[in-house]
Amino acid sequence: MKSTLSPFPSTRPRRQVLAILLCAASAAPGWAAPPDSKTLNIVGPWEVHSLEPSRNGYIFTRLQVAETLVTVDNQGALVPGLASGWEVSANQLSWRFTLRPGARFHDGTAVTAADTVAALERARKNPGVLANVPLQKISADKDVVVFALSRPFTPLPAFLVNYSTQILAPSAYGADGNVKAVVGTGPYKVTLAQPPQKVETARFDGWAGSKPAIEKVAYLAVGRGETRNLMATSGQADVVFTHDPANFDRLRANKTLTLQTQPIPRTVYIKVNAAHPALKDVATRRAMSLALDRVGMASAILHEPKAAATQLFPASMAEWHVPGLQPLTRDLSQARALLASAGWIPGPDGILRRDGKPFKVTLRTYADRPELPVLAAAIQAQLREVGIDMAVAIANSSEIPAGHKDGTLELALVARNYSLVPDPVGTLLEDFGPSGGDWGAMGWASASLRDAISALSSTYDGQRRSRQRGAIATVIQADLPVIPVAWYQHSATSHRRMANVSFDPLEISYRITQMQWTR
Amino acid sequence: MGPLLRGVVRLALRAAAVGGIVGVVSFLLMRALPGDAAYRIAAGRYGYDMVNSAAAEAVRQELGLDRPWWVQLGAWMADLLQGRLGRSLVTGDAVLAELAHQWGHTLLLALAAWALALAMGLAGGSLVALARKAWLDRAMGSLGLALKATPTFVVGLVLAIVLAEWAQWLPAAGHGGPEHLVLPGLALALGLAAGLGLVTLHSMRQVLASPSVAFAQTKGLPPTAVMCRHVLRNAAVPVVAYAGTQLVLLMEGVVVVESFFAWPGVGHALIHALVARDIPMVQGTALCMGWLFVLLNSAVDGLCWLLDPRLQHQEAP
Repeated sequence: MKSTLSPFPSTRPRRQVLAILLCAASAAPGWAAPPDSKTLNIVGPWEVHSLEPSRNGYIFTRLQVAETLVTVDNQGALVPGLASGWEVSANQLSWRFTLRPGARFHDGTAVTAADTVAALERARKNPGVLANVPLQKISADKDVVVFALSRPFTPLPAFLVNYSTQILAPSAYGADGNVKAVVGTGPYKVTLAQPPQKVETARFDGWAGSKPAIEKVAYLAVGRGETRNLMATSGQADVVFTHDPANFDRLRANKTLTLQTQPIPRTVYIKVNAAHPALKDVATRRAMSLALDRVGMASAILHEPKAAATQLFPASMAEWHVPGLQPLTRDLSQARALLASAGWIPGPDGILRRDGKPFKVTLRTYADRPELPVLAAAIQAQLREVGIDMAVAIANSSEIPAGHKDGTLELALVARNYSLVPDPVGTLLEDFGPSGGDWGAMGWASASLRDAISALSSTYDGQRRSRQRGAIATVIQADLPVIPVAWYQHSATSHRRMANVSFDPLEISYRITQMQWTR
Repeated sequence: MGPLLRGVVRLALRAAAVGGIVGVVSFLLMRALPGDAAYRIAAGRYGYDMVNSAAAEAVRQELGLDRPWWVQLGAWMADLLQGRLGRSLVTGDAVLAELAHQWGHTLLLALAAWALALAMGLAGGSLVALARKAWLDRAMGSLGLALKATPTFVVGLVLAIVLAEWAQWLPAAGHGGPEHLVLPGLALALGLAAGLGLVTLHSMRQVLASPSVAFAQTKGLPPTAVMCRHVLRNAAVPVVAYAGTQLVLLMEGVVVVESFFAWPGVGHALIHALVARDIPMVQGTALCMGWLFVLLNSAVDGLCWLLDPRLQHQEAP
């Protein structure tokens, strides 16, 4: 029987068929962000295991749900947060922070000084930055929160930017004292908190400031770098934080995305056990520093030659970076000469020996920051060139403070954050205390460094402060209790749907209130 | 005792034995790991920027980690007998509540993947067997082997690149809507479907070549009747047994797929709990996995017993 069906119209242009197919595909239940969608999708690597401010509180300050008394502006300067202003007494022992008039919690109640004191007292009891503040008492005086100190401490406002000091409403806590909901005072309120991966927020109508353009926000924690990449390139996410440097080229090539990389106050350095027999003399530490090819590592591993550290503080930390300091560079012959002067003699296998003992050390690092193990492998190869046999142990990040405490740590490669408190003094106080610091010096102490840090905590005199900051960088550069390797680069992409996207190098806020839709 | 009652009693005994063994063994294994648990838990709670000796000491005091191990294990066992699984050391929430949230996601993903694999594998295997084409057999064998040999992670990555990045038909990761289920489900299902397809193919081929089928055809039964009465049920026994064992593989795959697709399930949680030394969480998760295996194994045994009359003449499973 002859077929009655007409044959497929071969005259129909192939392009037309393709167009029909594509239309069918796009009509299929696709997720591809509809244009009327008013939800901003943010993806980052940080999981939300807990609503407790001292643990994952940074998620809620970044999402602008919870506020701290003090915050920072786009230039990194301290500006009023939940406190509208502050003043310090003449003897510098009493600080008064006045609460913003008319501030309301997301449950509708007014913010009182007593609530604020209660939240801060809670923060004091939990691990966090307040442990380093010489606090005697926090009290409420009408709408003012009063901090009584035992000694002058100029960086107090900077400490009150840290997420662990965020102020939550009394209704945020359950009967057992744990946080059951993040009831803050920011321009956004939590509409869904689904640990460990999802937080959704919406504009808070009681916010007294100007109304943000973004109505709803969804934050998704995605641990794997390749997945975050795909979420950016597929257009599923509007803003994606922390990309693997190996993908930078691919992301730059994508027309729908803007990749921003910028230095942040975080330095990758080698923490050295200066009490270890092989590492105790400065000549050996300097030789190790001279053996490092920082520019090579920055270019090949971090994909940013400018990330090579020439001193502890990056150039972006203008007040702390000392331009005149002799930069840390590579010089293998000088490194070998220094090692020889320290009594190290190459053995038959090429490994250095002193008093019959080979130069064998172990460097611990952790994989939470994916570059660290790769950098460790490069450092291993570079030190081998001058005859140092360094093993690499990739472990949990906590093995570093644990090894510091029990004295078993030899070397550690870490990425140290100088913006936990937007004044690096906060981190320095912890790292270079009288007995070193869990993440800083080990078996090394310097009276002049300690004096400089404590002078910085008590003086407002600009010139004197600048001198002390210079002294800190200089002492560390000369003695190398930590050997700087690279200045960390922060990376993030935004979709072209978004306008006014800028990234906070201090990682305090996502600046959602400043963002806008382009269409 | 009836066969059903005997089956239930046996199931309860297995569950109790598995529960005790898994709980104690996972506790002892976690204790035997090197490193100080207080530091690990502090790192899990406060992150790598904030973990230090002070935080670790605070954790040790709060959780009583310096108590003797048998006191800690005893406390967990006492909790278990009262139907509680303790509290997560990292989040402080009840393990049972956390598991309920995660198991929901994992079971949804696993069942979707399994159903998808069954549909693809059974249909593919049977159709190829019935077609009786040598080249099709070989093609199916090669494709199946290739899919089975490819790690789930790679399958997931390729699927996400093609369907999410290029075509932009599906979300690359996340959870919440049915569209989020497709990529992780497919990533898990493809490997499973390959195995199931091959087993179905072999089983069908064997049954089709058996004298009973030849006899049924010779006596003049129509092909559909031969299929329904003689082929399917006979061929199903090894397939069901195989599909049961594949659930173990599925659980393995879930761990990888969940972290790749940011799926908040048990596998994802287990990795975090292991890293952070969250012993009650590990015990709770392992316990639930153990019980799930007991339940599934019994279900598969039961199904095989129903399908295969020869087993019914022996004894109940």
